[in-house]
Amino acid sequence: MTNASSISIQNGRLVDPANGIDEPRDLHIAAGKVLATGSPPEGFQPDLRIDASGQVVCPGLVDLCARLREPGEEHKATIASESAAAAGAGITTLCCPPDTDPIVDTPAVAELIRRKALQAGLARVLPMGALTRGLKGEQLSEMAALKQAGCHVMSNGARPLHSTLVERRALEYATTFGLTCFLNPEDLSLRDQGCAHEGAVGCRLGLPGIPVAAETVAVARDLALIEQTRASIHFRGLSTAAAVRMLRRAHKEQLRVTADVSAHQLHLTEMDLDGFNSNCHVEPPLRSLTDRDALRQALADGVISAVCSDHQPHEPDAKQAPFPATAPGISALETLLPLTLKLVSEGVMPMADALARLTIGPARILGLEVGRLNVGNTADVCVFDPNRTWRLDPEKMLSQGHNTPFAGWEFSARVTCTLLAGRVVYRQPDR
Amino acid sequence: MARRDIQLDEEGRLRHFLTIEGLDQPLLTEILDKAEGFIGVSQQAIKKVPLCRGKIITNLFFETSTRTRTTFELAAKRLSADVLSLNISTSATTKGETLLDTLRNLEAMHCDMFVVRHADSGAAHFIAQHSAPHVSVINAGDGRHAHPTQAMLDMLTIRRIKGEFVKLRVAIVGDILNSRVARSQIHALNTLGTSEVRVIAPYTLLPAESRSLGVHVYHDLQEGIRDVDVVIMLRLQRERMRGAMLPSEHEYFQLYGLTEQRLRAAKPDVIVMHPGPINRGVEMDSQVADGPRSVILQQVSHGIAVRMAVMSMCIGTQNARIARREASVSGLNP
Repeated sequence: MTNASSISIQNGRLVDPANGIDEPRDLHIAAGKVLATGSPPEGFQPDLRIDASGQVVCPGLVDLCARLREPGEEHKATIASESAAAAGAGITTLCCPPDTDPIVDTPAVAELIRRKALQAGLARVLPMGALTRGLKGEQLSEMAALKQAGCHVMSNGARPLHSTLVERRALEYATTFGLTCFLNPEDLSLRDQGCAHEGAVGCRLGLPGIPVAAETVAVARDLALIEQTRASIHFRGLSTAAAVRMLRRAHKEQLRVTADVSAHQLHLTEMDLDGFNSNCHVEPPLRSLTDRDALRQALADGVISAVCSDHQPHEPDAKQAPFPATAPGISALETLLPLTLKLVSEGVMPMADALARLTIGPARILGLEVGRLNVGNTADVCVFDPNRTWRLDPEKMLSQGHNTPFAGWEFSARVTCTLLAGRVVYRQPDR
Repeated sequence: MARRDIQLDEEGRLRHFLTIEGLDQPLLTEILDKAEGFIGVSQQAIKKVPLCRGKIITNLFFETSTRTRTTFELAAKRLSADVLSLNISTSATTKGETLLDTLRNLEAMHCDMFVVRHADSGAAHFIAQHSAPHVSVINAGDGRHAHPTQAMLDMLTIRRIKGEFVKLRVAIVGDILNSRVARSQIHALNTLGTSEVRVIAPYTLLPAESRSLGVHVYHDLQEGIRDVDVVIMLRLQRERMRGAMLPSEHEYFQLYGLTEQRLRAAKPDVIVMHPGPINRGVEMDSQVADGPRSVILQQVSHGIAVRMAVMSMCIGTQNARIARREASVSGLNP
């Protein structure tokens, strides 16, 4: 891509929620960092001028959960293919869960992922460290070494911790090193063989149900543990109104807990399963309209402070089977921004708040200096046209996985340019 | 459903038979009327009609079954079709060949109809969505979702004995949660205008939203069968004890087992049905199963007629399609 070392993005609407900026303002970049906003420093002559007339200029998006499938499942996707998809979607920072093969429970695997991502050079990839060795929920992983190797957060991926005692110890040990733990709240035994929300639609389709209590029982247990241990945890992907109520109470009690929601949970419900649509097979399952509305409200309030893609690219075969036998997940990088901004057009929240949930919100959860455009910060930038409507065609997706339930949906925001540390990593071809 | 029903062709004729849901009363009545006509075929000296001559019907059973497979086989043979029966254990497919590969292979052999039984809900829909346009799919039971031919043979049995559905009160007793038969029966009974459909079971054997199916829920057998015209007993799988859904067969029979004594609460001319095979002494005692109110064996023979009806209707839709295409090729139909 372009090797300009200094860039001015001009005539755009700069939205930087961390700094309360939402106004027409230019952005000047030099040596990979934000040099100034507004008028350029005296004598500044950029190598490249990007005209952002009619467009929004915001910090590069931060995605708390995206599976890149490498190492181990390169037939689904690779770090290179998914970094390119991220760049095309305005996402500059990606956290990937430790459930690769091999698992990220040694520094070597973490380093491999980081090295591959640097080679691709299109997105900042942060591997999460495994909370327990082999994600088996039995022994602690070497968290200090993993932190050294660049793992900022620990997680057991979507695999549950069977023993509450092991969970307690893992949380305590992580706290020693100031590491936040990402937990996917799900009680394995209540989940049983379930593959759909335990509700009217699942009942009609005869799909084994996952009750709301599978989430709330786990949330209650995790909250009780942080009250005891003073650990700091993050709930990855809440799906129920009941869990949101528990989160609100926990915030009142000032527990150190944050939460995110997957973008698809803000738009789809159990109703979308009709006809056994395997692209709607996700974990946690799509729930009721009431749950969806509670998630939207919590996001608008800031009780849930991040939206993430929960990107799970699959090869076509993975979705070509009877519903319960299909692999769960959506190839979701490219719909993260459009789905979040759809909430703006649907009146759920103003644009600055929506962008905050994709930038400074997740950045704070990670404790990283990304997701904001302070002078001197690394220049990760996303430029998008908020008024260009387009229709999602799975065949045109940049991700190697084309599994999406949003095929044919019309969106009104399109990324036109992405900068990673001051380097143009994506520019929309037809402009 | 807003989506066009994949079970029907452009003219609303039956193309696949996957679930009762989405089919209207005239169509269900047409199936019953047609089946009624086929009952006579079994009593003829030559038990065959030529409606599916030259067609290949393949039974694809991914889950074992004797009764259902046999009646489908017999039905196809009485329609003069050539029949293949394949028992494909699920382990064979996990060894490498995907379900789609299996389908493609069979399509290449020019099969005209798949009769499918599978342990996963939605399997028949999946196969219908992915098979060639000249293939019809009949659901012979998918997971917990649907078993529409079983439901229709039950409807035929009820109609032949009771006549109208509108005046009837029907109770379904047992494992509603795991039963594809119950789901299809409930849809069929409601579509045919049954005055009241009840389900009777402990909470562990009921779906969380069972009322949304359009039924009245009872937990007490005695209360639930009061004044009903039809009692349908469901088979209880032994696995339910292991899954902590029930304490024992003994207690289940004590609470939900049908006996002559308990049956007195129902209408005097009540009929008792069971999709089979019966666990005597668990769902009902032998006195009821073999008693005058039991119509269990009639259900079995109606099974052949209903399956003949559905198969011949789907093949008829295909023939119409072929005729249309040939007409347009020869220029008769622009």
